[in-house]
Amino acid sequence: MVVQALKDQGVDVVFGYPGGAVLPIYDEVFQQNDIRHILVRHEQGAVHAAEGYARSTGKPGVVLVTSGPGATNAVTGLTDALMDSIPLVVLTGQVPTFMIGNDAFQEADTVGITRPCTKHNWLVSDTKTLSGTLHQAFHVATSGRPGPVLVDIPKDVQFASADYTPPQKARIDHYQPQVKGDMDEITELVQALEKAKRPIFYTGGGVINSGPAASQLLRELVDATGVPITSTLMGLGAYPANGKNWLGMLGMHGLYEANMAMHDCDLMINIGARFDDRITGRVDAFSPGSKKAHIDIDPSSINKVIRTDIPIVGDVGHVLEDILKVWKSRGRKINREATQKWWAQIEDWKKINCLAYSQTGKAIKPQHALSRLEALTKDHDRYICTEVGQHQMWAAQYLTFNDPNRWMTSGGLGTMGYGFPASIGVQIAHPEALVINVAGEASWLMNMQEMGTAAQYRLPVKQFILNNERLGMVRQWQELLHGERYSHSWSEALPDFVKLAEAFGAKGILCKDPADLDDAIIEMLNFDGPVLFDCLVEKHENCFPMIPSGEPHNKMLLGEASTKDAIGSKGAVMV
Amino acid sequence: MSALKIKKGSTKHSAYNLRPTFSDKIESHTLAIVVDNEPGVLARVIGLFSGRGYNIDSLTVAEIDHQGHQSRITIVTTGTPQVIEQIKAQLGRIVPVHDVHDLTVEGASVERELALLKVAGEGDKRVEALRLADIFRASVVDSTLDCFVFEITGTPDKIDAFADLMRPLGLSEIARTGVAALPRGR
Repeated sequence: MVVQALKDQGVDVVFGYPGGAVLPIYDEVFQQNDIRHILVRHEQGAVHAAEGYARSTGKPGVVLVTSGPGATNAVTGLTDALMDSIPLVVLTGQVPTFMIGNDAFQEADTVGITRPCTKHNWLVSDTKTLSGTLHQAFHVATSGRPGPVLVDIPKDVQFASADYTPPQKARIDHYQPQVKGDMDEITELVQALEKAKRPIFYTGGGVINSGPAASQLLRELVDATGVPITSTLMGLGAYPANGKNWLGMLGMHGLYEANMAMHDCDLMINIGARFDDRITGRVDAFSPGSKKAHIDIDPSSINKVIRTDIPIVGDVGHVLEDILKVWKSRGRKINREATQKWWAQIEDWKKINCLAYSQTGKAIKPQHALSRLEALTKDHDRYICTEVGQHQMWAAQYLTFNDPNRWMTSGGLGTMGYGFPASIGVQIAHPEALVINVAGEASWLMNMQEMGTAAQYRLPVKQFILNNERLGMVRQWQELLHGERYSHSWSEALPDFVKLAEAFGAKGILCKDPADLDDAIIEMLNFDGPVLFDCLVEKHENCFPMIPSGEPHNKMLLGEASTKDAIGSKGAVMV
Repeated sequence: MSALKIKKGSTKHSAYNLRPTFSDKIESHTLAIVVDNEPGVLARVIGLFSGRGYNIDSLTVAEIDHQGHQSRITIVTTGTPQVIEQIKAQLGRIVPVHDVHDLTVEGASVERELALLKVAGEGDKRVEALRLADIFRASVVDSTLDCFVFEITGTPDKIDAFADLMRPLGLSEIARTGVAALPRGR
């Protein structure tokens, strides 16, 4: 019945790991060919792989794991998906209903443990409600603000039989979030846009979650109005990096021009972003002179952090369509004279060239490694995943994204170990595409067991490891904040990554000389199979630009010279 | 949002626009939440309060529609206007939550709480307890030779006042139901 429900929901891939309490479902999986099961090596990997699959396709990712440890291992992935609004349906086995509460073998209170880290979860206590609940689960995961849901299925419920409820008959009417924005508010926004002297679009992951049509409408609106646009980490690709209005990413490690424009604008239009603390910096000094509009499908995002003048609850795609319609019908007005001055100001900021670096010396600069990776892969059908840390920020800065759903990274939760399994999920969804996981050696090791998965399914995922033998971001903060006392932020006893790759039947490439870099990258691209690329980089490189914690957008640090005593004691308590 | 009895998630007449949400004044609000009566729904609601650091001053919950499987949760909470708005929006996100009403801003409402108080005493104190109970319209639901159990219904303030008076007269135990509330009129 579970497999039938998954088929009816259009599921073609399930990521999972079997165990005692899900054996009846695995038995069903064995006896069919419509749904492909990908055996991971750890349940956390299954959830991240499903996230990568979901993020790169726009479809919900599906996970199947067993009770107890299977479910608890999934918790990190669930929390990650909740923070980044990724639609997932996670099925967990549970001990039989008559044993629940008895501390049975591999029993855990899965719905209790996962209640705060799912959008919703269910314990199915009767087979009669199983199929209906599964259809509801897909509905809840994918509608409104997407998120992970979990269905806990006791083993006796899996064994018993009952009538199947088709998707059309499932009860979903009670959860129907609003998608159309309020027309009065939309008109007010258009009026503000017409008059604005220094407008800016600030977009987020919501544009990507809304679907490709939303990205298309966003491009049309931005190009027609000529308003500058910046994006959060999660929103990269919604507006193309080669678009003429693109300012680059904003936030703690965002571009100087993007953050300065956010600080000095007079109209900020937030589309599907949530004023995260990585974006706002010091809240009371955040963009002090601007009127703020906020489009979000989740009413709780509005006014949570930043007071909004024009709140619009609705789906980004629907709202953008209405904005365009209203703006066109009112005569496509924009304050051209003032916005030209605004652009002139922005061009001045761009001249700072905040991403400049110089590749000198014998060690490869991580920025250089990524610039070369960008140059050599930008014409490919390319999907990029990352782990979490300095390499993630450099990847966001130096790689370009011209399409949505091409960039998979752990934004909200910041989960080290996300990227490798996510790249597996992406490659499963796009077997012909080039999938690269930009990683740090420390993050990558957190889920390295998935080498087994990559090898088993011959997935040609490219693991591009910027190896500085340090926890680079931790080291950077210790340098800036903790008197250069590098407490436990370096790794001894790192593996020989080339041998490690070979142990799994994959290819390993070691590169430490800038002169060899291009050839090594080309070798990686030409190899048809999983590659571990161990790129030894400058060990003490810091990630700039940077808004020090506790400071507003216009107090950016641009490089090593400006870091001394940059962070006050108030900022030091922030993360 | 729900303050104006409009559909969950709608922006029309957004309550955000009506009230200065960014003031530091701590306010007390009574929220009435209608939920599907399904396992774990109360845990979701109180887990939201504990997980996000909101206060619960009083909580009442019971099924109100047996056939429709609906329960009503009444919560009295305190916070700045911004926090109260967040609480309502966060409650609205919970899937089995149908409606969130902020009775404090939606116009006049009636609030009642029931309490049982055990007062042990002899002689004059016993007579005085009975006399005060009469003034407060509390009724005696159990009596032994050395103690009474009073039942009193009223606003939380009235129950506080009654309990304060009973304390020197031998109040030994008190059980309160928490607030139940309904808006006035139609």
